[in-house]
Parts: sequence; structure tokens; C-alpha cells
Amino acid sequence: MANAPNTQPTAGIAVKARPAPEQQMRVVIVGHVDHGKSTLVGRLFHDTGQLPDGKLEAIEEMCRRRGMPFEWAFLMDSLKAERDQGITIDTSQIWFRHDAREYVLIDAPGHREFIRNMVTGASNADAALLMIDADQGVRRQSRHHMYLLQLLGVREVAIAVNKMDLVDYDEARFRTIETEYRQYLEGIGITPRHIIPISAREGDNVATASKNMNWYEGPTILEALPQFEHPASAAEQPLRLPLQDIYKFDERRILAGRVESGTLNVGDELVFSPSNRTARVESIESWNTDGSAIVARAGESIGITLDEQIFVERGEIASHEIAAPVESDVFHARLFWLADTPLEVGTACELKIGPNRVDAVVEKIERVIDIDALTDHDAARVARDEIADVVIRTSQLVAFDEHDNLPHTGRIIVVDKHLTLGGGVISLGNYPDQREAVTVRGTNLTEVDHRVDPARRIARNRHKPGVLWFTGLSGAGKSTLAMALEQRLFDKGYQVYVLDGDNVRTGLNANLGFSPEDRAENIRRVGEVAALLADAGLIVITAFISPYRADRDRARQAAGDAFREVFIDADVATCEARDPKGLYRRARAGDIKEFTGVSAPYEEPTNPDISVDTSGRGIEECLDELVEYVTENFRKSV
Amino acid sequence: MDRLDILEARSVYILREAYACARPLAMLWSVGKDSNVVLWLARKAFFGKVPFPVVQLDTGMELDEVYAYRDQYTKEWDLDLIVIDCPPESEMDPSLPPMTRSAARKSAGLANLLEDGGYKGVFVGIRRDEEATRAKERVFSPRATDGAWEFRDQPAEFWDQFTTDTPENAHLRIHPLLHWTEIDIWRYSQRENIPINPLYFSQDGKRYRSLGEKNITAPIDSDAATIDEIIEELETTRSPERAGRLMDNEAEDSFERLRTSGYM
Repeated sequence: MANAPNTQPTAGIAVKARPAPEQQMRVVIVGHVDHGKSTLVGRLFHDTGQLPDGKLEAIEEMCRRRGMPFEWAFLMDSLKAERDQGITIDTSQIWFRHDAREYVLIDAPGHREFIRNMVTGASNADAALLMIDADQGVRRQSRHHMYLLQLLGVREVAIAVNKMDLVDYDEARFRTIETEYRQYLEGIGITPRHIIPISAREGDNVATASKNMNWYEGPTILEALPQFEHPASAAEQPLRLPLQDIYKFDERRILAGRVESGTLNVGDELVFSPSNRTARVESIESWNTDGSAIVARAGESIGITLDEQIFVERGEIASHEIAAPVESDVFHARLFWLADTPLEVGTACELKIGPNRVDAVVEKIERVIDIDALTDHDAARVARDEIADVVIRTSQLVAFDEHDNLPHTGRIIVVDKHLTLGGGVISLGNYPDQREAVTVRGTNLTEVDHRVDPARRIARNRHKPGVLWFTGLSGAGKSTLAMALEQRLFDKGYQVYVLDGDNVRTGLNANLGFSPEDRAENIRRVGEVAALLADAGLIVITAFISPYRADRDRARQAAGDAFREVFIDADVATCEARDPKGLYRRARAGDIKEFTGVSAPYEEPTNPDISVDTSGRGIEECLDELVEYVTENFRKSV
Repeated sequence: MDRLDILEARSVYILREAYACARPLAMLWSVGKDSNVVLWLARKAFFGKVPFPVVQLDTGMELDEVYAYRDQYTKEWDLDLIVIDCPPESEMDPSLPPMTRSAARKSAGLANLLEDGGYKGVFVGIRRDEEATRAKERVFSPRATDGAWEFRDQPAEFWDQFTTDTPENAHLRIHPLLHWTEIDIWRYSQRENIPINPLYFSQDGKRYRSLGEKNITAPIDSDAATIDEIIEELETTRSPERAGRLMDNEAEDSFERLRTSGYM
């Protein structure tokens, strides 16, 4: 036999026999239904002589059988249902060579029924070509598709104003559309490479310059394609390696995942978020290579071993200690909603952030965006195909990045069982990065036991220790009630002390400012001090707005059973009318930024131990209620 | 990373997602060039192991060299091989054109495998560029028990987030090669030194470009006798890859009908 089969050693080392071919450029073709997406693809193939043998004849035959004129769209509309109905249902891909570069042309459906198929096609693209019908002008999906492309992360964009033959190749008509659409693109932060007047059906400015539009001096479609560039490598960005799995097929314990950004070296100290465990990279493992790799860069699917066998799970993100991802259980997301069932406040769902999955609840719908006018409005629900800003709370701390910093780890998708409901990009806004609050920096720590038993402290004080954690808006009456309660309880013989917001900021927390992270740290320290004082046997009353549930939950964790959440309840209007420190006035005037209740959120307790309504009630009445609560809960039961 | 590195990294990611989320798994191994690459990528993803069974849907009509390759590398690569005997043609839908009916035996074999094995995910080495309905596939394609493809209602799939959960009694077709082209397969096989079935190389002016059952597959005219020559041939040819797969073009929608009822 002339040709021996290739039976070289199967685990031999890979060799590169030929120069590596250039990376393919994936271009999605989008736009309103019937604006000529599929026709353009057919025309490109025809004019560059790349139709497979027999394809033209096959299309002619399909059209003849249906008694219709020749239809280029049949090149891509491969399903019989699509051809019968004359509509693209699902996205398709076709390979195309030009000028030594390979293109994958992704045809996306333009019908609004099939937005999720358009999203599927577009999310795989490096660049986009958006078609606008010169006769019909800019339509709903012309805008909707572009808005989605921007969210999906496609930045390389060119526009084709198609069907110029229908408007007699009129320059004025083209300029009108160009001006209108450029303005829209500016509004969403996209600069197109080109806006090209074409006729896909007639071939004007597709593969060859049109003789019918001498007034146009820019490139043809075929000349514009090579100008699309691939996104810059993410290797220079901070390292993110979300873990897909941990393998133990042999003696090696291998952590597997894809480097989404940055560069990893053997010997690097990694921190895994959100467990915050650390270990060093011992090796980069691979199969059928020479095994010499000591560095892995963005885009590579790798496996690593660690110098220590720490417990980490799928979904955690490995990074370097400096420039680690954010950790939070609450964040903002700009969502595109794909499901038939509308999204509502309180909707429970599951999120995927890379390989991580977490239960979540939509806590707030901040605004729904009008994609046409680029304005927004309040809404109680987000319907299918709408885009909205929402606040999402997860059931546990998760690691991620703000999308503007690192897109790959700043994206979520919303799922319900096997259905994908929507996708979105994340930001923190006013919410603090909680990483610092949960990180223990010390190592080799050993706790020692006290010799004084807590029971003996209770016996001497004749009351149990407690942390009465007052939370509520500024002006709700926290400080006033706290100080009055301290006096009453002291007079009754209690060991009691108040930790007050402004007081600790001049001492214990003098080094903290008002950034979201500093506010979280302020509360964390107060929570820890309160826990220590309670451990010493005291009843501690804290008077802090403490707007974030996560911060209060951590204070509860620190103090354990002694902790009571006390909601000092008064609405914003009441508090603003009182305004004892003149803060609301200054916040409304814009002098104070991110003021709770005005320009920053207050997360009400969902299940406080006691709620004290201070609007329209005197101090004494509220105080009696609190004293009774303390007596019932903390007096030593003999 | 060059083009092959990028393709490989994404396929490995897909394989690992499936292994983490959609077990028990099986991998279809037709013993053709594409499923050989999937098998190779699995060994890449799992560091030399193939941690699930590989399944040949056998019609008894494969070419001798296919069986020889299967037996040799099952042993050499330490594979957990399952051979499924496909039901006879007489049990297939009589309304299908004759060769399509013959091909449908594999869909029936696959349905039996799923029913008996209770697999949640099956790897299939199809590619978007080889056939127009395959171009519309998802990477993770949910199917009902009978394998039917609901092409009118496919799930959204973006940012490499895949549908890994399925309703009761459904399974996933997982397509790790969807984004590869025919030339990519050859370049990668060459780079990785993957053993090549001799049927792909020209003998007496003919070679198989795509392997199928001998009753419904024909070799093409070709003098390409090395991988380099195959790549050269593919860079200039205008005839489609599956031109030798006779069932594809029996009727306008014969292959579509095969696929919507569960063919790979």
C-alpha cells in the first residue's frame, strides 16, 4: 500500500509541521428583520467565487419548487421551516476566506421573536456588521441589536445601509440615516468603523465599488472586513482562573480551569475566592506536551497542582493576592431579559458567574431602559426583551469583578432549572467589597480559654450579656434612644455601655473614611468590639445606621447568641423632617454624596428581633418598650 | 496562542464543563477523524484518561479499516468501549428515502444506548462547517428521550455558559468540535500526531474524505496521500465535505429529517 497509516507513538510530543494558520475573525450580521442580512452573505459568497459546487443550483431548485424568485437567504436558512416561511429562525455560521484571512460569518435572526438566538450568535463574535434598510430606515431591532452587542462585549462594528437601489442610490437619504444612527451609537458609546451604502441584491459596494454611488468614497464591505481587529489579549490584566473542577485520576490532585485573564507562573502564591484560602502553584500539568510549561496565559485551559492540599471547590476564582476579585453578596446588574415570564422583585433564581452557581433573589428593579429613546423609567417588572438595572442579593458571598474592570468575570447569567432567563453585567455601585471584612490575615493562631466562666459573670452582674444592635436611618432616633436606654438600665443596676457612630469615628475608627469599603470596616470593628464587651459580661447598645444587611449579619456572627437586631423604624420623610444634624438638607443639596436614604440604599432588617416605631411616638413610650424587652430577655433568671 | 491552541482550549473547557455538570457521560466514537480528535481532546482535558465509556454505534457495515483502528486503539489507549448493535433497517421509518433510512439505524442505536445506560450527556464530534443544519446547533443541545431536536426552540447559549441541567428523562448532546473546520481537524491531527486511518489517504486516485457505512458512502477522486496534501486539497476544493455521504442529498430535507429525529 502506497501510504502507510500514521502510527507514530500516540503520546509523542506534539510537533508543528506547518506554520500556524491565522486566527479566524468571527463577524455576526445583525439588524432588523428583512433588512438583508442573509442576502448580503449570499452575495459575498457569490462575488468572491466561494459558493460550494452545486449550491447555486440547489438554491435555484428550492426556489423553483416554491415558485418564487431566486433567494440568497436560502444559503444560510438551512431548515425547511425557515425556507417555507421565508424567515431566519436560528443563528447559523458559514466559513468564508478573503485576503488570507478566514471569516466565520454568523447570521443572526432579525425577528424580535428570536432575540435569544440573536444573542447566541452574537456572543461568539469578534465583530459585527449591522444592516439597515435604506428605504425603511432605522428600526426597532437596529437599535435593540446594537444595544445587546454592546452588553455582550462586541466592540468592532460596521454599518451597512442596504437596499440603496430602492432609493435610487440617493446620497441625501443615506446621510439622513447615517446621521440618525451615528447619534444613537454615540449614546451607547460605540464608534463604528464605517457606515457603508450598499445594495446586497445588486452587488453595489459589496465586493466591488458601486458605479451608482460615486458620491461615496469609503470602503466596500469586502474592503472593510480586513480592518476588524481581534480584541486585545487579556494576558496583561489581573489573573483570574475560575476553577472548573478538581481531579484525582492518579496521585496528582489537579485543579482545572481556564485562565480568563492575566498570567500564572509556577511558584505564584494564589488566593482562592471566596474561601480566601491560599497556596502556591507547584506545577502546570498537561498531556502530550513536553511538560515544560511554567507559565499560562489568558485563554489557556490548564491544570495546576498546589504545594498544599487546601480545600477549594468548583466555582472559586484563583488570583494573585494583590488585585484579587471583589467579594460581595449584593451588587448591581444591567440585565437583558430573555424569558417569557417577566422578572419581578423577589424573584428567586440561580446565577452562574463563570463556573460558579449561587442562589439569588432580585431585590430591586432600579430602572427599565427604553432602548429606542435611551431614557429610563421605574417599573415593577422586566418583560421579555427588556433591559433593566437591578439589585441582586446572593445567598452567600460570591467572588466576581466589576464588568468595567474585567469583563470575563463580571458577567452573570440567570437560570431557573434548565432554562436560561437572561444575562447581565455586574457593578458594585455603592456596595462595599466585603473581602477585607472576611479575611483573616494572621497565621499560626491558637485561641486560649478564659478562666472566668461566663456563668460567674452573669451571677455577679445579675444579667446576661447582650448586644442591642440599633439600626435605622439617620434621624430615626438611634443615638437619642441608645443614650436614654443606657441611663435607664444603668440606674436599674445593669452593666451597660453605648457605642455610638460619631464617637467611635474620632478614636477606634479615626482612620476610616466614607468609601463603601471603609463604611463596611467601620461596622465590622464595632461588631467585634461589641462582641468583646458582651464577652466581658456587659450589655452593649450600638447606634449606627449600618445600612447593609451583610454587615449586620457579620456583627451577629461575632456576638453569637447575645446579639439582638433592633430596628429603629422611621420613614425617610419623618427622619428628614427631624434632621437633627442638618444632614438631609446637605445631602439634598448635593454636599454629601451617598447619603443613606437619599442617594445610597438602606436595607431594612427582614426579621429584626424587635422593631421600635419612632414616628409619631414620644421617647418615653419607645424607651418603656425597650426596657421591657431587655428585662424579659437579659435579666438573670433565678 | 495560535489558532489550534485557541480551538483546543475552548474544546477542553467544554469537555470539563460537561464532566463537572452532566454525568453520567458517554462519548460517541464513530472511529472517524472527528471523533478521534474529540477522544484526543478528552485525554488532553483529563490528563491522559478518558473518564467515561466510548460508544460505537455499529451497523455492521463499517469498512474493515474502521474496525481495525477501533480494536487497536481501544487497547492502546485503555478505553472503556461499548459497541451497540444498531436495529435493522426494516424497523426504520419507511417514509424515509432508502439511504436515509439506512443511516437512521444509528439514531435508533443511540436511542437504545440512552435508554439502557441512563446517560445524561453524550459527546458527539459534529462540526458547524460540515453541514448546514449542524451550523445551527448549540454546544450543549438538550434533547428529549427519543433524541428529537427541537430546532425551533433552542436555548440561549452565550458567554460559554451552557445548558447543563435537563428535565427528567432528557439528555444533552455535547458538541466539543462545533467551532472547528475540516482543515482544523487535519492540522490538529498532524500537530498532535494522532494516528490516521489509511482510508483517508489516496489509493489508486481515490480517498475517503468522510467515513461512513460502506453501503452509503463513496470515496472521492483525490491524489492526496499525506496530511499536507489533504490540507492543500481542502484549501482549494469547492466540493462539500459530505459529498460522498449519499444520504445527505436524497431529498431537500432528508438530512434535516434525520437530524430532527435524533441523528448526530
